Amino acid sequence: MEKLSFRHTTQKALPGAKASAITGVVASGNLEVLLERNLAPDICAFEIDTAINGYAEVWAAVVADFVARRQPGGLTITINDGGARPDTVSLRLAQGARLMEMP
Amino acid sequence: MEWKPVTLSAAPLDQSWYEASARARLAGLLDADSFQEFIGPEQRMMSPHLPLFDLPRAFDDGMIVGHGLLEAQPVLVAAQEGRFMGGAFGEIHGAKLVGLLRAALHLKPAAVLILFDTGGVRLQEANAGETAIAEIMRAIAIARAAGIPVIGLIGGRAGCYGGGGLVAGTCARLVISEGGRLSVSGPEVIETNRGAEEFDSRDRALVWRTMGGKHRRLLGAADAFVDDTIGAFRAAALAAIPAAPAFDLATLEAEQARLEARLDRFGDCTDATEIWGRLGVDDPTAVPGLTTEAFDALLDRLPEGPHHAR
Amino acid sequence: MPDKMPLDAILASLFPEGHAVTLADGLITGDGPLNGGRLAVIGIDGDTALGIEGACHLAGRVLDVVRAGGATPILVLIDSDSQRMSRRDELLGLNEYLAHLAKALLLADAQGHPTVGLLYGHSAAGAFIATALATRVLAALPGAHPSVMDLPSVARVTKLPLETLQAMARSTPVFAPGLDNMVQTGAVQVVLDPDKPLGPQVGALIAESPADDTRDALGLARGGRPVARDIAARVVGEVQGVVVREAQGA
Repeated sequence: MEKLSFRHTTQKALPGAKASAITGVVASGNLEVLLERNLAPDICAFEIDTAINGYAEVWAAVVADFVARRQPGGLTITINDGGARPDTVSLRLAQGARLMEMP
Repeated sequence: MEWKPVTLSAAPLDQSWYEASARARLAGLLDADSFQEFIGPEQRMMSPHLPLFDLPRAFDDGMIVGHGLLEAQPVLVAAQEGRFMGGAFGEIHGAKLVGLLRAALHLKPAAVLILFDTGGVRLQEANAGETAIAEIMRAIAIARAAGIPVIGLIGGRAGCYGGGGLVAGTCARLVISEGGRLSVSGPEVIETNRGAEEFDSRDRALVWRTMGGKHRRLLGAADAFVDDTIGAFRAAALAAIPAAPAFDLATLEAEQARLEARLDRFGDCTDATEIWGRLGVDDPTAVPGLTTEAFDALLDRLPEGPHHAR
Repeated sequence: MPDKMPLDAILASLFPEGHAVTLADGLITGDGPLNGGRLAVIGIDGDTALGIEGACHLAGRVLDVVRAGGATPILVLIDSDSQRMSRRDELLGLNEYLAHLAKALLLADAQGHPTVGLLYGHSAAGAFIATALATRVLAALPGAHPSVMDLPSVARVTKLPLETLQAMARSTPVFAPGLDNMVQTGAVQVVLDPDKPLGPQVGALIAESPADDTRDALGLARGGRPVARDIAARVVGEVQGVVVREAQGA
């Protein structure tokens, strides 16, 4: 297991009113993503627990891409990862952001 | 023949129960937006033991418990996530269900619904999981004795095995689908201990007709056989609530008679098709291929009534 | 590990004036005198696996005690294997038979027949849940060795080296086999003294048996289950919040 943390500044807050959302399941090749709206509107923080060690750079790239696309300001995003591929991680992050944008 | 889950669909009630996550099952089973979770994922009550084994944890430890409405009736619900650690009972996983069942005495809900999806006890927390199963069974007995129906729903990808099979056997009513398998020792466990001659776990047709939903319904181990949709489970759960038997001597004596009669009638059978034949099924080999509608029609034609004592 | 106390020695210590407990096909049934009344006895001897016939037979004897009324306590003596692992047992619904035996014991206890388990040998998995763990108070004798799964099997499933598991087992009671670990998780409430008469010890357990299920509190106090009690209590607390909100019409 490896713990990773990332903190990004964003240009805006993620829209929507939901306080929190969860998507995905911890399983082989899958992950769960917990999103909570509890930070300043221009901050997005990530806490990741991954089953596969040594992929910090890949995680950094996937997270940076998500932040650039969605501008998820205000969110703490906590991930339990069972060894998901980067495309699965991106999909779950996008699903999570969509859930948080709901009214 | 191999059973296949229904195709994924956008409408929540038409979704495959087998394919859905535990959270999706709860969302579709209950009245829209009525589910309130206890000890939700944001509380991060995760296993204190899995890190010792260098294994990932889940925010809900694979057990989601809460409160909701079923056709406007208040119910308590517990759902196992079969994809996380095979839905196995660990310390927190089990304790959440223990707490829910104890709490039923205070809330007096219309029912407690348990959505099983489990391989049994989580080996990494084996003693805690095993003890939790004993606590759950005691709590179910107490809740049932207080007049609260405890209903089990079985149709998940992990089936309902090991201690989960015993907990299911303690419920007042069981609803099962073709994808649901219910037993104590799973096919792989029997094969590992006794060899492939005793049980060939790769023979999926054998697994399904020995432990699957249709056999369990025909045998009297489950009360309702349903399609693999969230809507079908919802309808069957609603129907099960008013039919739940009391937890008393009369019920257990009736169950004793039912189980003794089963040993007398079928004790020498080696395959489910023999049992189905003795039950009056004309063409036992056709049973696995029957649609739910045709299977229900078959049940109606059989000479004996349902066995509801449990 | 101390030797297992043999069944006849246990029965002699329990019932010095004699008893009517018999053993057939590994199944123990009967009764004996205790404190001026009778103590009903069921159980499994000789590391016997519990299958559909055995569970059905034992459940029938428990229901006989309930049907007879009164307050006859029931002692469950256990030296069993796990559930019988066979295609036939599962075909015929082993889960129902084992659950039925557990329910019979739970019903007996709820209807005023105190249930006490006494683990004196092995027990595992479904057989353990259906018998000893379904009693109100579970005691053990030194030499008992319950397990959910043995360490070599755990090693196969978890893909961890056996030596690693053995080292972990010394510091982590939550997964390792053995009586001490089951005591620490709270499943086994007390270990009896084999050198003193067992009748008075069992009698005291019946007299002092707790009204509620205290196994999670014991697991917390003894360190074997650090969080179970708090988690269950938290759920109860959150449900009570729902009750209060509904009472307020919210």
